[in-house]
Amino acid sequence: MLCRTASDLYWLSRYVERAENIARLVDLTQRISLLPERLDPGKSATTAWRRGLDALGQLELFGAARGEIEPETVRQWLMLDADNPSSIHNCLFHGRELGRAQRGAITAEMYQELNTSWLDLAEAGEGAADSDGVSAFLEWVKTRSAAFRGVTFGTMGRDEGYHFMALGTAVERADNTVRLLDIKYAQSEEHESSSRDFIQYYQWSAMLQSMSAFETYRKNYRDAVDPLHVSEMMIFQPDMPHSLTACTQSIHRILEVLAQDPRSEVVRKSGALAARLRYGCMSEVQDQGIKAFLDDFMQQLHGLTQAIVDAFMTSTATGNAGSVEPGRNTGAVVS
Amino acid sequence: MSARPPYDEMHDAEGTIRPHYARFAEWMNGTQDARIAQKRRQAEISFHRVGITFAVYGEESGGERLIPFDIAPRIIPSGEWKVLEAGLIQRVRALNMFLHDIYHDRRILEFGVLPESLVLRNAQYRPQMQGIDLPNEVYAHIAGIDIVRAGEGEYYVLEDNLRVPSGVSYMLENRKMMMRLFPELFAAQAVAPVEHYPELLLETLQSVAPEGLDEPVAAVLTPGSYNSAYFEHAFLAQQMGVELVEGQDLFVDDETVYMRTTRGPRRVHVIYRRIDDDFLDPQVFRTDSVLGVPGLFSAVAAGRVTLANTFGTGVADDKSIYPYVPEMIRFYLSEDPILLNVPTYRLRQDDDRRYVLEHLDELVVKEAQGAGGYGMLIGPTASKAEIETFRQRILAEPERYIAQPTLSLSTCPTFVESGVAPRHVDLRPYVLSGSETMVVPGGLTRVALREGSLVVNSSQGGGTKDTWVLED
Repeated sequence: MLCRTASDLYWLSRYVERAENIARLVDLTQRISLLPERLDPGKSATTAWRRGLDALGQLELFGAARGEIEPETVRQWLMLDADNPSSIHNCLFHGRELGRAQRGAITAEMYQELNTSWLDLAEAGEGAADSDGVSAFLEWVKTRSAAFRGVTFGTMGRDEGYHFMALGTAVERADNTVRLLDIKYAQSEEHESSSRDFIQYYQWSAMLQSMSAFETYRKNYRDAVDPLHVSEMMIFQPDMPHSLTACTQSIHRILEVLAQDPRSEVVRKSGALAARLRYGCMSEVQDQGIKAFLDDFMQQLHGLTQAIVDAFMTSTATGNAGSVEPGRNTGAVVS
Repeated sequence: MSARPPYDEMHDAEGTIRPHYARFAEWMNGTQDARIAQKRRQAEISFHRVGITFAVYGEESGGERLIPFDIAPRIIPSGEWKVLEAGLIQRVRALNMFLHDIYHDRRILEFGVLPESLVLRNAQYRPQMQGIDLPNEVYAHIAGIDIVRAGEGEYYVLEDNLRVPSGVSYMLENRKMMMRLFPELFAAQAVAPVEHYPELLLETLQSVAPEGLDEPVAAVLTPGSYNSAYFEHAFLAQQMGVELVEGQDLFVDDETVYMRTTRGPRRVHVIYRRIDDDFLDPQVFRTDSVLGVPGLFSAVAAGRVTLANTFGTGVADDKSIYPYVPEMIRFYLSEDPILLNVPTYRLRQDDDRRYVLEHLDELVVKEAQGAGGYGMLIGPTASKAEIETFRQRILAEPERYIAQPTLSLSTCPTFVESGVAPRHVDLRPYVLSGSETMVVPGGLTRVALREGSLVVNSSQGGGTKDTWVLED
């Protein structure tokens, strides 16, 4: 497979996944910001949206582009703003453009899904920035993402391209889970007293719901929503598709298939990261401090993604003819 | 314009339905207008969803349009097709022999069949190709021959396209759409299939690979996703199961072409290129091109890779060469041409030029090297000022133009806002040349959607139809 194709497919699936994850993040923020004031004293809705932007690393960008943080403005920014490189709008746009460029490498049905999302965005986005239109729009985004994943799963041959797409999904997911946990922990640190258990309950429930993980949680823990258990599930639960363990396992498995040399740098890096998650436990994380753990994980994930780009998506071969190395913009927007 | 009404593909002069349209007419009479309207809408939505679009030059960035699709098919009876098929194969064989000849011994110039300067001074003539041998001596592996029908229904070749003819994906997608919308029509009669075109194309490409290869690797070379025909490039690559590459994905080392892949360099043997000559190799042609592959020419010259179509085919489809094609057929094949050429005035010749300047309001004047319906004068519909402009241009540079009588192109029933009305059509069949020369039965029918218009180009508001060749 061409290096360029591998790169485009990897980013294509990252954008599709990112659109969905931003929808989930908006959903979580919306749920938290709607909790009655008495459950979250002194914390206005503005704070929740600030945390959301912060988790995406977009506080400064937003400030420069849109100024004051207002719930409506931030919602608009995250969902539909063409000036925000990571808005759902732009994720759908880039996903479709990459799909168009690689329509020979994906199935016709896959391109149709991407194209449909983009063509219907204007209609689906109408009124989405209003408080009462948000959830319908977010549902639509999640459904579109699921439809694409479904069609990919159902129609695409299990070739190299499929693996690069799966790789993009897993990398983007891991990235997102860290960011969501980050939001939640930044917030918890503001409530040190254990007397605020009921706040914790509602906020961590909101997190589970936004991740569509409430049912899984109940099955696994059968207790009231406990922050430690939620974190444990999001980090270590191998059968929870958004958990860091699940994501790093699949990254490692895919790279083992893609790499010709089992001792290559990417396989080694991904293996080390996956093993750390697989054989880690919550008490270890607590000893290290959750914030430090997440930062450390993010750094390793970043190193791994760089190794992936080096290994598969840039060709160092040039001919005597002196052909120029393609200066390829891989399109990183958040990271 | 001639007083006689144009040839109607569906009805004869008395208004009776021609036999090959009988089934379709029956179906149309028996089908409610509302259902047809609904199917037309369905077709449009579907083309949008599938993303069968083309980019339009000069529109705001990302300008994408659908080529309007008309659901009334253009039907060709099998007897007529047999003649067309034989004529197309004959013509393309002669054109390939002409290309081989002028890049080798130049016998045709020696015999004085056409003036030497017309070939050697032609901007499309590539002196670099002189003496280079190609597999099967084929230059134009994919040819799109534009055919029109005029007068009493006789077919004429309007133009040969031997560089990078496009549109074949619409031929295939139109058929797919029709089969989806109106399966009952295909059940009622035998329409010759076209769906195997990509397979034939792949076979053709593999048959001209450098010698001694068991499994030659082919690739489609595109200028990129912003090119107006990108959909087609991607479509053909996918249908053939080969890589779709851009210039940046290829490099040449030791006169050998490689793709940059996730597993390192991989050799390419045959390149179906959809980039013009000028941009293919900055070492030999336009040095400012970033679309091409430096060193590609040397690899072709060394016989290490085959380019389809190869460099320098434009010299044979130039409109100034066009009038000589019937003579080429006689010269190389010792056969009479099966297909007619449109009578063409050569403006470099004094008496032709005098006649043309006196009859500009009746004639069509074309730039010898123009394409896509740009830079053309249609005398009968042109204003006085337009005619005057062309008169001056011809006087200044007569060799740049040719003139032809205004053909009254045949019409085909077409769905328009006011119902069904006749609109002018042409036909582009695709001729493949590898180890043999062949045509899939059918082609792309283009239709001028504006009433009275003769311009069928998609860039000028033309649409397309499915083309049916009926089997016996």
